[in-house]
Amino acid sequence: MEALLKLNRLQTRFHTEDGIVQAVNGISYTMKKGEVLGVVGESGCGKSVHALSIMRLIQIPPGEIADGEIWFEGRNLLDLDEKEMRQIRGHDIAMVFQDPMTSLNPVYTVGFQIVEVLKLHKNMTEKEGKVRAIQLLDLVGIPDAKKRIDNYPHQFSGGMRQRAMIAMALSCEPKLLIADEPTTALDVTIQAQIVDLVIKLQEEMGMAVMWITHDLGIVAEMAQTINVMYAGFIIERGTAHDIFKRTLHPYTIGLLGSLPTIDEAPGTKLISIPGLPPDLVDLPQGCPFYARCVYREDHCYLNRPSLEEVEDGHQVACWRWDEILPEGAK
Amino acid sequence: MNVVNSTLVSVRNLRKYFPVKRGILFNRQTKFVKAVDDVSFDIYQGETLGLVGETGCGKSTTGRTILHLYKPTSGEVLFNNVDLTDLPETELRNMRQRMQMIFQDPYASLNPRMTVGSIISAPLDVHTEDSRKEKRDRVQELLKIVGLNPDFVNRYPHEFSGGQRQRIGIARALAVNPDLIICDEPISSLDVSIQAQVVNLLEELQEKLGLTYLFIAHDLSMVRHISDRMAVMYLGKIVELADRNEIYLRPLHPYTRALMSAVPIPDPDKASRTERILLKGDIPSPINPPKGCNFNTRCPMATDICFIEEPDYRELAPKHYVACHHAKAS
Repeated sequence: MEALLKLNRLQTRFHTEDGIVQAVNGISYTMKKGEVLGVVGESGCGKSVHALSIMRLIQIPPGEIADGEIWFEGRNLLDLDEKEMRQIRGHDIAMVFQDPMTSLNPVYTVGFQIVEVLKLHKNMTEKEGKVRAIQLLDLVGIPDAKKRIDNYPHQFSGGMRQRAMIAMALSCEPKLLIADEPTTALDVTIQAQIVDLVIKLQEEMGMAVMWITHDLGIVAEMAQTINVMYAGFIIERGTAHDIFKRTLHPYTIGLLGSLPTIDEAPGTKLISIPGLPPDLVDLPQGCPFYARCVYREDHCYLNRPSLEEVEDGHQVACWRWDEILPEGAK
Repeated sequence: MNVVNSTLVSVRNLRKYFPVKRGILFNRQTKFVKAVDDVSFDIYQGETLGLVGETGCGKSTTGRTILHLYKPTSGEVLFNNVDLTDLPETELRNMRQRMQMIFQDPYASLNPRMTVGSIISAPLDVHTEDSRKEKRDRVQELLKIVGLNPDFVNRYPHEFSGGQRQRIGIARALAVNPDLIICDEPISSLDVSIQAQVVNLLEELQEKLGLTYLFIAHDLSMVRHISDRMAVMYLGKIVELADRNEIYLRPLHPYTRALMSAVPIPDPDKASRTERILLKGDIPSPINPPKGCNFNTRCPMATDICFIEEPDYRELAPKHYVACHHAKAS
């Protein structure tokens, strides 16, 4: 399949009073057309910042995209001016955010906000826009869309607001949908509805989806490829099978061990990862996971491993992956 | 986690209604939010009872009403056969020594202007006559128990991470040697790898100190991991209560089944969206719950009787309680 998005050594940092926060530290990967990519990691691992960098939504200053390239359909997004970028945002790449409460404007109706996008990007008239907006709300499963279109966001429940956000993101049939923790604020039964909806739409429309989450369960069931991030680095990348069944990085192993399985035997202890993630202002010179790693040796302290392909399509940033493999393979 | 079958807490027909006030001048009380509506269950000595449900189902209110942080509207809470509902304030305060609480948000539940030492010794000031030195020793001992450095006594909460703050909250709860600890979503604001640390700590403390937990959370797999028995709440009522394995292997209530199937499984071989029971719509408002069975608006099994008659909460199989007209013991 053809490449849609290609990141090359992307590096994003923030200048703060405490020093330079190194949020994203030279990550590279390629996303194919129509692919579902899961990006997982804990708070502060750079997963959202890297997505905002792709959208060029990092506030400069204090932020800065210090290095790298973001190739999208043959163009480096970092070379575009704001006007050209605005045509890509919403039209080619759309984004759904975590909190549907704050990402909709409370003083305009839901319909107005969707029609606005259509008028801007698709040159539709008010009337055409409204017809299309009703279709879209219908598509994402909002009952009685014809009436609901004139509601204000506060008249929608959390799940419905997130559906409206998705309708808005889909309005221009983007080639890439970036969903940044879209279900974190929702209950599990509503989360199941939203995941189901996005995957159905992805299959129908053939768009690529980047799903950013801290929930390994969600990516296990929906993603074709998974990037595991830690301290601004991609530390492991592969198919769902690679990540869950032939786990290579000690951090990924730790994350999986931290989760209880729903069919575990009584009395099973969780394997927790000791300690805390490193301070992004003061990154260790060697492996960022060194301080918490059970496989560490002196070499890891001094030298930072880079992301290498060690099996077909399975990449890992660890010096000792070949010793870990027998344990990670289940 | 050895369950000795002596009842520590017995909750009988507990109700907590919050008035909804309308108007400025007369403050007419027109309606009530039925946060907890006729809930009965026992907590046995030394066990962990898990209480799960979605946002707004009344699980936190149940926890707080047991401690009488909210005065119940009606019903009884027997703690060691003493009815808390008609105890005078001073005796209630003495009883509180035996039941403590850990809160969800470790940022909001610790006073930022108090040192860790004074936070943890606050319950000792209220409940004991200990000298300053005794308190200091006890605080240091508690810090050690929860895995923090005893030299941290003079630090302030902002110097700690989320997981460490939750440990401080646990130390505070342990200070007066309680029998029962109500854990109100103690891990939901923490990252996955830190969640496992806190859950392991809670389990260790239970073994060491013989504690009884009421563990309130919306994360089903974590609740199943830590609990001996599980209760599922929906719109202020308990819909099902059983042993952790029983409820997982033989869920009788359609809501429990849907909730279980909505949990994403971190295993690509087992994860299949096709077998998922998707519930339609959102949770109705607790101000105006549906007539009959309150799950009837979303239930895939609902028939005429469900809209007329409220189902009894009954013991359908040994120690397996359920409130559904259509539930059958297999």
